[in-house]
Amino acid sequence: MIINHPLLGPRDSSEFVYLGDASLINRPDPDAEDRAQSFYEYGYLRINPAGMHRELWFHEAGDRSWLVVTRDTTTHEITSVEMARDVARAQGRSK
Amino acid sequence: MTQKNRLSGGQIDRTKPMKFMFDGRFHQGYQGDTLASALLANNVRLMGRSFKYHRPRGPLTAGSEEPNALVELRGGARQEPNTRATTAELFDGLVAKSQNRWPSLAFDAMAINDRLSNFLTAGFYYKTFMWPKAFWEKLYEPVIRKAAGLGSLSMKADPDEYDKGFRHCDLLIIGAGPAGLMAALTAGRAGAEVILADEDFSMGGRLNAETFSINNEVASDWAAAAVAELSSMTNVRLMTRTTVIGAFDHGIYGAVERVSDHLHTPDAGKPRQILWRIYTNKTMLCAGAIERPIAFDNNDRPGVMLASAMRSYANRWAVTPAQRVAIFTNNDDGHRTAMDLHAKGVKIAAVVDTRPDVALSDDYQVLRGAQVLDTKGRLGLTFAEVKLADGTERTLECGALGVSGGWNPNLHLTCHQRGRPTWDEALSAFVPGDNLPDGMHVAGAANGALSTHGALETGMKVARQALEIEGRAGKLPQAEDAPVKITPFWFVEGTTRGWLDQQNDVTVKDVKLSHQEGFRSVEHLKRYTTLGMATDQGKTSNMGGLAIMAELAGKTIEQTGTTIFRPPYTPVPIATFAGRIKGMEFHPTRLTPSHYWAKEQGAVFVEVGNWLRAQWFPRPGETHWRQSVDREVAATRASVGVCDCTTLGKIDVQGTDAADFLNKIYCNAFAKLPVGKTRYGLMLREDGIAMDDGTAGRLAEDHFVVTTTTANAAKVYQHMEFARQCLFPDMDVQLISTTEAWAQYAVAGPNSRKLLRKIVDAEFDISNEAFPFMACGNITVCGGLRARLFRISFSGELAFEIAVPARYGDALMRRLMKDGEEFNVTPYGTEALGVMRIEKGHAAGNELNGTTTALNLGMGRMVSKKKDSIGSVLSERPGLNADDALKLVGIKPLNKSDKVTAGGHLMNAQGPVDAAHDQGYVTSAAFSPSLDSMIGLAFLKSGEVRMGERLRLVSPVTDLTVEVEVVSAHFVDPEGERLRA
Repeated sequence: MIINHPLLGPRDSSEFVYLGDASLINRPDPDAEDRAQSFYEYGYLRINPAGMHRELWFHEAGDRSWLVVTRDTTTHEITSVEMARDVARAQGRSK
Repeated sequence: MTQKNRLSGGQIDRTKPMKFMFDGRFHQGYQGDTLASALLANNVRLMGRSFKYHRPRGPLTAGSEEPNALVELRGGARQEPNTRATTAELFDGLVAKSQNRWPSLAFDAMAINDRLSNFLTAGFYYKTFMWPKAFWEKLYEPVIRKAAGLGSLSMKADPDEYDKGFRHCDLLIIGAGPAGLMAALTAGRAGAEVILADEDFSMGGRLNAETFSINNEVASDWAAAAVAELSSMTNVRLMTRTTVIGAFDHGIYGAVERVSDHLHTPDAGKPRQILWRIYTNKTMLCAGAIERPIAFDNNDRPGVMLASAMRSYANRWAVTPAQRVAIFTNNDDGHRTAMDLHAKGVKIAAVVDTRPDVALSDDYQVLRGAQVLDTKGRLGLTFAEVKLADGTERTLECGALGVSGGWNPNLHLTCHQRGRPTWDEALSAFVPGDNLPDGMHVAGAANGALSTHGALETGMKVARQALEIEGRAGKLPQAEDAPVKITPFWFVEGTTRGWLDQQNDVTVKDVKLSHQEGFRSVEHLKRYTTLGMATDQGKTSNMGGLAIMAELAGKTIEQTGTTIFRPPYTPVPIATFAGRIKGMEFHPTRLTPSHYWAKEQGAVFVEVGNWLRAQWFPRPGETHWRQSVDREVAATRASVGVCDCTTLGKIDVQGTDAADFLNKIYCNAFAKLPVGKTRYGLMLREDGIAMDDGTAGRLAEDHFVVTTTTANAAKVYQHMEFARQCLFPDMDVQLISTTEAWAQYAVAGPNSRKLLRKIVDAEFDISNEAFPFMACGNITVCGGLRARLFRISFSGELAFEIAVPARYGDALMRRLMKDGEEFNVTPYGTEALGVMRIEKGHAAGNELNGTTTALNLGMGRMVSKKKDSIGSVLSERPGLNADDALKLVGIKPLNKSDKVTAGGHLMNAQGPVDAAHDQGYVTSAAFSPSLDSMIGLAFLKSGEVRMGERLRLVSPVTDLTVEVEVVSAHFVDPEGERLRA
């Protein structure tokens, strides 16, 4: 596969390591009342779609960026590649 | 050394005769021959035995689709089983052996299977070896394993090199027949970066095997001229002997180049084969078509071959398989073979054509509306039994029979991304469907354009489309444009032992049986009968099986559907996939800064991750590793030892939010760590399980140095980057791995300060008052060399870790050894390191094993409740905080001479020994020179309140039962007085 890195252009997937569902960015509020439940869901519940999937890839043999790659798990078609940091900020994550 | 069957002409070099050996007999061939063509020239038709019935077999084809003529090529360590004689290029001194026969090819004892064929039908193994169950392991499996397989391995290491390479292009053209050459000319002249790959050693495809002309030139001459023009283009790369084996994601293709297979041994420095990864925007599949046989009884005798193959042998290699041949066809193509062989003076016994209305010939006899029913000849064809249109039967004397059942477009690679072929009624064949791999186009016979004109025309047209070439197209060469005239004819009615898959011995009868037994889907048929599952993937056999299935089910072939193809197109040696990644090159080897020094000392090394670390340093007279290790431990605890700990991961953390960041990463608090101090830190995974541990030293307000364990260095760095970029994107913090940048040594033992005092520059006070336990700082050593000093201890002794830029690592080690002579300084390896940390009760990889929490490790109170950190919420889960949770304890045997083994389980002193009564398990064990006994670290239920209790350590695997006592994990200096000294 080829991953079109937003900063570095098309790179072979062998330069990357895979982590999994991009929902791992959405770490729940550790001070919330329901944190036991929300962290359990965050840690253990994943959707495993046959189709479009947003997932985290780490450019380990490259610039060490975490990327959010939107990939069709049935065809490997990649429709978007974003910097995970931008995605995290857009979702309101800060410090 | 006569070549009885050699004809005139051909593309062989008669000035270069070559001597070769097959099954112990010498023969002669010429440069340009394949092993199969050279054997046929010498009137050798019998080349192998079939897989199941051990039937005598000769070549069916003249190419890589060959199911039968598989031989063991070369000898010794280079022996290569299952090599197709039809593609093996002849070289002087070639040695080949037939395979899957005993004692000889002509007399094969296992041919008894053929007599038993009534029993050995489809599903035989499934039905027979079911019972009694106990027979499977002892009897059935060994017998089947012995009988299975074709060629044998040398069982020696392959002496050759294999390589990998990467190439990029605008257009990859697969196949250099008329379509591929025309496409390459079109794209090359337009300036595109082109790779043209062909599995053959000579480009041209069918043009090399036919007698018709292009632009009034002999077709093979036109091909040679085209190749010459392409060779002159700097933007075109021609790759012969290169098989494109698979179409992978995003325009990536795998290709195997057989660099040296045509040589006796590879030239010095040259690999045997190269696995190319080709990145391309567009691909043109111009793989041509493969002729298909017709099934009739005993259609597998040596001498029965595809009519197109017979034509290839005659035209390209100037060989006829026999002096008298016959043809069996259902289409016009069979007649081409008859005409070409007739023109070369080969006697044509008859052309048997299933079509009643076909034209007669002046040159040879045509039997219209006739069929071949059966053949005769024990080790090779002698007679064909023919049924004429009027129902009478006739015997034709012939040594070879060319069979033509029409052509199948070679669409293998169009299926590699799950593309499904579609049925073309006019061609009676499957053609590529419209769901092709991204960027792939198909031209020529592979797309159903079976005439030469069709191939040239579509080659040009599709190349222009694929590359969006503007402007007027060049002139198309003139070539034959014969229409496809075919009446589908798959098998002769009434045949049972008509072979479909010759390699796996699947007959018409087997397909009928599988249908009768309810295997109605093509995928089930394939797996039940093994049709198409041999090394040729059914290139010549699948269609016949489908046609029979369709007929049995009363469906059309289109309704029946087809199986699809998967990579690789032809078999690839495992060695080629491995390339250079084998032996010590399987992964990189990382050497520590003191490696060469340690080697000089005769150190024994151990692989830790990718690193080689000194395990111990044997001294003269030491005959057992324990002697060395015990000495290293004792010397360190008595005076001073030095250990290279460069391999620990080092991560530089800088930024105004560095302290806050580490507060998130470590479960214990870091925000208030003063500058100049180091702290032990435990990292948890988000699920509350311990991930890694190490120390973090604060060199400045905004600068920390984090260490990780050797094994987890890469993983921890990745985790910290994840936290930085994905969880806390606005924190002002930067990370960089500096593992390789600093050489770091542990200097441990009561005299460690005295030794360091000789090295650390005088302006730095490292006394206990100025530089107490857990202090850290930037210093200089040896007169101005920048260094870092940490007063941390893994051994439990007064100890320091000193770091210098990696390039000074070797010099510093030598200096420490020299300056330490007066203290009897002793280098110690990872074994002594391990012994000392077990004696001190420090957790390591064995304890941080992916199942243990801070609580298990006895660090439950370290998990700060005052702040959020990764893993803090889920570490509070009740399941991880049970009253009888496992706790880290020490154990020692009641009897000092007893053995303690890691992996053993703890059981109460009395009661049953089983999983239900398990009390815990031992994670680390070592002989402690300090206690003169083996000791262990263990996780024990409610361990903290069971000190002094006696338990049994059991290991049913090693049949061990030892009485042990539960003690504190801190065997040595439990109060920590030494390290604060």
